Amino acid sequence: MRYMLLIVGDEAQYADRSEEERQAAMQGWTDYTQELIEAGAFVAGDGLQSSSTATTLRVQNGERLLTDGPFADTKEQVGGFYTIECKDLDEAIDWAAKMPSAESGVTEIRPVMEYAGTSYDEAPASVQEGAAS
Amino acid sequence: MVATLIRILGDFELAEEAVQEAFVVALERWPRDGAPDNPGAWIMRTARNRAIDRVRRERRYEDKLRELERLMPGEPDEPADTSLPDDRLRLFFTCCHPALSPEARVALTLRTLGGLSTPEVARAFLTGEGAMQQRIVRAKRKIRAAGVPYEVPPDHELPDRLRSLLTVLYLVFNEGYLATAADTVVRRELCDEAIRLARLLGVLMPDESEVRALLALMLLHHSRRDARVDDRGRLVLLDEQDRSLWHTEEIEEGTRLAAAARLDGPYAIQAAIAAEHAAEVTDWGRVAGLYGRLAAIEPSPVVELNRAVAVSMVAGPEAGLVLVDRLLRGRLEDYHLLHATRADMLRRLGRDDQAAAAYRRARELAANPAERAFLDRRLAELSG
Repeated sequence: MRYMLLIVGDEAQYADRSEEERQAAMQGWTDYTQELIEAGAFVAGDGLQSSSTATTLRVQNGERLLTDGPFADTKEQVGGFYTIECKDLDEAIDWAAKMPSAESGVTEIRPVMEYAGTSYDEAPASVQEGAAS
Repeated sequence: MVATLIRILGDFELAEEAVQEAFVVALERWPRDGAPDNPGAWIMRTARNRAIDRVRRERRYEDKLRELERLMPGEPDEPADTSLPDDRLRLFFTCCHPALSPEARVALTLRTLGGLSTPEVARAFLTGEGAMQQRIVRAKRKIRAAGVPYEVPPDHELPDRLRSLLTVLYLVFNEGYLATAADTVVRRELCDEAIRLARLLGVLMPDESEVRALLALMLLHHSRRDARVDDRGRLVLLDEQDRSLWHTEEIEEGTRLAAAARLDGPYAIQAAIAAEHAAEVTDWGRVAGLYGRLAAIEPSPVVELNRAVAVSMVAGPEAGLVLVDRLLRGRLEDYHLLHATRADMLRRLGRDDQAAAAYRRARELAANPAERAFLDRRLAELSG
């Protein structure tokens, strides 16, 4: 089963970090990602730049309405994500608990939709190749 | 019976519908053709076949289908009880998984493991039937969609998960034992159900001391059900109860189980306290010590309050009052039993005006009509 792990936290707490702290944090994430890959659980993942760099788009009657910032003003913001492949919810929870941000933030664990007949694995080889490049 | 199918299919609704369909077929055929020698096995086989047919129509269940056919080959002589004990234990843990909300855990446990229908669960928790139906449906869907596993948790998670399970059972019992707003003090069916489930769990997990301890605790509380309320529906305090109405078999079993439990778990300690209350003579010194132990592992103002009561029985109401007054400005300030306890100690010290004020405060805060009536009586006694 696939799950998305949404990494949520208060960005402000990362604002005043020294270069050393930043490097150490990066290493933590690199190690975690490596662990996921070696376990065969990694599907996708990335960190996001701060929510102040976000732009929100709503389209109404063909007209684009752009706002500066994330879709909602919240105390905690989405900072990154992973998509993982694992056996069940308990395994997904175990992975989420190992994340470097587990104790400083919140992780939302949500199963990814499975659309019958459109699973990636059944796509023609050319499509799979195309996506991998 | 359903538990094994649920585990294999990973889908409550599919398993239940398959069993229901099997029963429908049985009701049509058996009166006509005669009942089979082994009705339970017949139902299981038929349910399995129905499930296979359904699953064949849905591609994503292919793995489940193979497992189903492998684990349950069609055989004429299958044992009547085809639900493995392991599967019921797995179901227990699944229903009480922390990914579900506490209300969902309670509802699902009662509905799936308990003998209650959805309307009965709704009535027991004073919820509308539609709302309860929704809650249960949503919980089942979450289990399927989020992949909540059908497994007994691994050892490193077991203590926490078992605690969650026992909390659900105790919640059910307490809801039946003291209904918050209903007119009767005890809602029997919930207590019976909680006890039945705790017994079942004790059979499935014979090495877990806290499971037996919880059963002991519930039995000891339950033994007093006929003495707790008088014939006019009024609440009767422990020391005023007619002991001839206590159920001795339950006290014996509860006391025995409590004595065998390890006193390092919260339910074991509470059961030991309950056993003291059920004994001919209560050793209040031991009770105070037990509450002290409980405070060490699960500190809470309620435990402190109960300890104060025990201390007052050993060392007099003055000593108890000192401990109770410390709790006045904390989380219990709106707890009716805090004020009722204070009132009682003040009364015993002859400080009637202060006692009356405390009883009035308690009465304002009490939600159960039986308890309110009791407090009214105490107030009347003071002024009379």
